[in-house]
This record gives sequence, C-alpha cells and structure tokens, in this order.
Amino acid sequence: MASSGSGYDLSSSTFSPDGRIFQVEYANKAVENAGTCIGIQCTDGVVMGVTKPLLHKMLLANSGKRIHTVSDTCGIAMTGFVPDGRQVINRGRDEATSYKETYGQSISPQVLSDRCATFVHYFTLHGSLRPFGATVVIGGYNAETKKHSLHMVEPNGVAFQYYACAAGKGRQPAKTELEKLELHKTPVTCEEAVKQIVRIIHMLHDANKDKPFELELSWICEATQWKHAGVPQATQKAAVEWAKEQLEEEEEDESDDDDDEDEMEE
Amino acid sequence: MSRVERYMNNQSHMEGAESRGLKPGEVSTGTTIMAVPFEGGVVLGADSRVSTGTYIANRVSDKIAQLSDHIFCCRSGSAADTQALTDYVKHYLSQLAIETGRQPTVKTAAHIMKRLCYENKDKLMAGVIIAGWDDVEGGSVYNIPLGGSCIKMPFAIGGSGSTYIYGLVDASFQEGLDEGAVRDLVKKSVAHAMARDGSSGGIIRTVTVKPDGNARDYTPGDKLPYGPAGW
Repeated sequence: MASSGSGYDLSSSTFSPDGRIFQVEYANKAVENAGTCIGIQCTDGVVMGVTKPLLHKMLLANSGKRIHTVSDTCGIAMTGFVPDGRQVINRGRDEATSYKETYGQSISPQVLSDRCATFVHYFTLHGSLRPFGATVVIGGYNAETKKHSLHMVEPNGVAFQYYACAAGKGRQPAKTELEKLELHKTPVTCEEAVKQIVRIIHMLHDANKDKPFELELSWICEATQWKHAGVPQATQKAAVEWAKEQLEEEEEDESDDDDDEDEMEE
Repeated sequence: MSRVERYMNNQSHMEGAESRGLKPGEVSTGTTIMAVPFEGGVVLGADSRVSTGTYIANRVSDKIAQLSDHIFCCRSGSAADTQALTDYVKHYLSQLAIETGRQPTVKTAAHIMKRLCYENKDKLMAGVIIAGWDDVEGGSVYNIPLGGSCIKMPFAIGGSGSTYIYGLVDASFQEGLDEGAVRDLVKKSVAHAMARDGSSGGIIRTVTVKPDGNARDYTPGDKLPYGPAGW
C-alpha cells in the first residue's frame, strides 16, 4: 500500500523529506483508476484509442467524448478525471489558435505537447491549485517537416515522444503487449494499429467484473489527408471481429496445452 | 472621431506619398527596394538614400535588414517604424526557432510582420519586402505594402522609386532565371529607379541568400548599370 503522506501531502507546494510531491503522486492514482488509453505511432500516421465505461444503461453511448480535435493537424485523447482532461484540452485549443494567429502556421505536435506540459506543470507548483488528475495523449502532424508524431503528458508535467504509449487502468498489460509488437523496430500501418489496439483492449476487459465499455478511436494519417478524424465505423467493426477471433484462437491454444498436461506419462 | 472623419478632415492624403504620414523632422527611407527568387535562393536589392525633406541624411544607408539566418527584409517608408518592426520580427523569430528547434520559414516571418503592420496600421508608415530561403518552400518573396496586406509574389518591388520601374521589371522578368541573371535584373531595375526618383539614390546594395551562406554586395554610385555616370 502507498506510504502515508504524514503531513507532507496536504499541498502541492510541499516536498516530502525523501524528495516527493505527494499531491502529484495522488493525481497519478486518479489516472490509474480510469479507462485505458493507448496511442501508437505508425508508418503512415498516428492512432489513439480510449475506453469509456458505460456506467448506466440510460447513457447515450456517443456522448461524453474523451478524444478531441485541437487543431486541423492535432488531436488529444485523455484519461483520468474527465473534467480535468477537458481543461488541458481546452488550453491546447487556445495554444493552437494563438500559435496560428501569431505565426501563420499550424502548431506542430512537439510544440503543442511542450505547451500542454508547461500548463500541466504549473498546477503542481502552487499551494492554492491542485494538479490535473488526467494524462493526455497527443497525436499530430507537423506541416513543415511533414512528419507525424505521438506524445504523452502526465499529471506531473513530464512529456515524452513515443513509438507507443499507454495510460490508465490497464496500462501495464497494455505496455507489455505493445512491447511484444516491437514497434520501435517494426512499425505497423494505421489499419494494423487499429486492430492491435482493439485486440489489447478486449483482452484486458473482463466481461464478468468490468462494466460494458465503449472504445473511442481516432487517427491522423495520409488517408485523412493528415486531418484528425475518428476511425470510420466500418474499420472499427472489422477490427473488433478480427480481435475477437484472435482472442478465441488464443484461448483454444491455451486449452490445448492444458489437455496435454493432463495425460499421464509412463 | 471615426477613422473616416479623421481622413476627411486631414488633407494630408492629398500631399505626396512621402510627406504624408511622416511626423515633422522624421526621416524617410524614400526608396527603391526589390526582391527576386531563383532556384535555390533569393536576391534582395535596395538603394541607399535616406532623406529628411530635401536633405539627404544618409547617402550610404543599409535598407536590407537580417531577420534570421536566411531571411532578410527590405525596408521602405519611415526609417524609425521599419527599424522597430524589424527588431520585433527578429525577436519573435529567434524565440520561435528556440521553441521549435528549426529555422523559421519565410512564410512565418512574413506573417508576423504582416500582423504587426496591419494591427498598427493607424500609427505606422512602413512598406516592406520579406525575402529569404527555407527548407520547405526554397526561395520565396512576400510583399507587405502600407496597409498590412501580405502577398507571396514571383518578384516584388516597393518604395517610392518602384513606381517608375513597373514597366521595366514586367518586361524584363521571366521565371527560371539563374542567380547571376537575377542579380543583374535587380541592379539594372534599381539603377533605373534611382535615375528618376528624387528620393532614391546613392549606391545599390544587394544580398544573395542561399542555404550554404549569404553574400552581401554593393555597386558604387559611379558604376551603376544605368545613370548619369553610365550614360
């Protein structure tokens, strides 16, 4: 269990004797309890996906989105406290429009992620403010260098560029699966990445324990002329069917192995 | 008072282009400026006369200012206004280069200058030409005249002397000229303007911008391609 803050955890502006800011760590916990978010940089674009638990039957599934377009060429997905994530995304939108007004050019994902990181970090410095309980994943296209990239900003204000990243409840198993794909050596296409994200999410979902969920998916790729857009329904459906087949095959493989073990050997 | 009322009340718009908008004693770069791109770069050219009324305050001034490694700006109008604008744009571009980790593009420099000129059009008298080289578009030229419009052009001329050479440049310019031909065109055109415009004269300064380095050059007043010494 996490160590007790014993008085050093009351405010963001207090270090603990062992050099930690507990409030920021608690903010990370808020993210760890929320839906899984996965991003993958592909050969021909960037794909992002976030799961959303459907808490009641009366909820309209398509509302309360967690992936938003911030400028033509950049989109941001979030997980954690949804309202906190919304604030970061709104700031991202302001940064994008003011950059366009000043410099006449679409903001690049690198600069956008730096600006969001600075913003998020600001809230970890003040006694009167609390840190954001949300991690944002930024996927975008740089119109000058003609390169696409994927970034993630955590509640402490740290931002890195990634080949693939995961945040939220299932991030550990998701990261393991992503590493198995060796995306830093053999990147995949956007179509393939959509399938992999769907497969990983369905693999993590336990039908007995977890609530039913909706998976939001978006991408920026050559096919969308480098504009941030939702992955078309047809592609998503095909990916879900493929994922379910894959997972059934894996289960059969596992049960075959079990049969062998039961046989007595002489 | 609305802008229209002020315009109707003040008859200075009936005066010549140079005296309108200048405050008493203010120095004008009544000028000829020009920029023409070529494959792999751009050539900027300008005369060197700075006048206060009929007194030539500086006969060898440099009207081509550097905004970043490979982006330059030709200045015309009020010397004070254009110097201040150039300083702002240089500052914004250097900040941007640090933030993005790349050299800024000519398009961005022109956009920043355009915003400053347009948002402050009431207070400024500045016509500039932004020209340079970047790795996205190659050599490019943007003309930003008095009101703050910004147009990318295959070549641009500006300043009081430019009115006398529109025909000459239209007839002489072709797409696809090489670096030497472009520099000759710039020198010839600026020389012709200097011969006819009282506010332009002195020497011709040119800057050739290329990705591997920029070259400054000047043509002395007695070696102009066209003019009293050359007749």
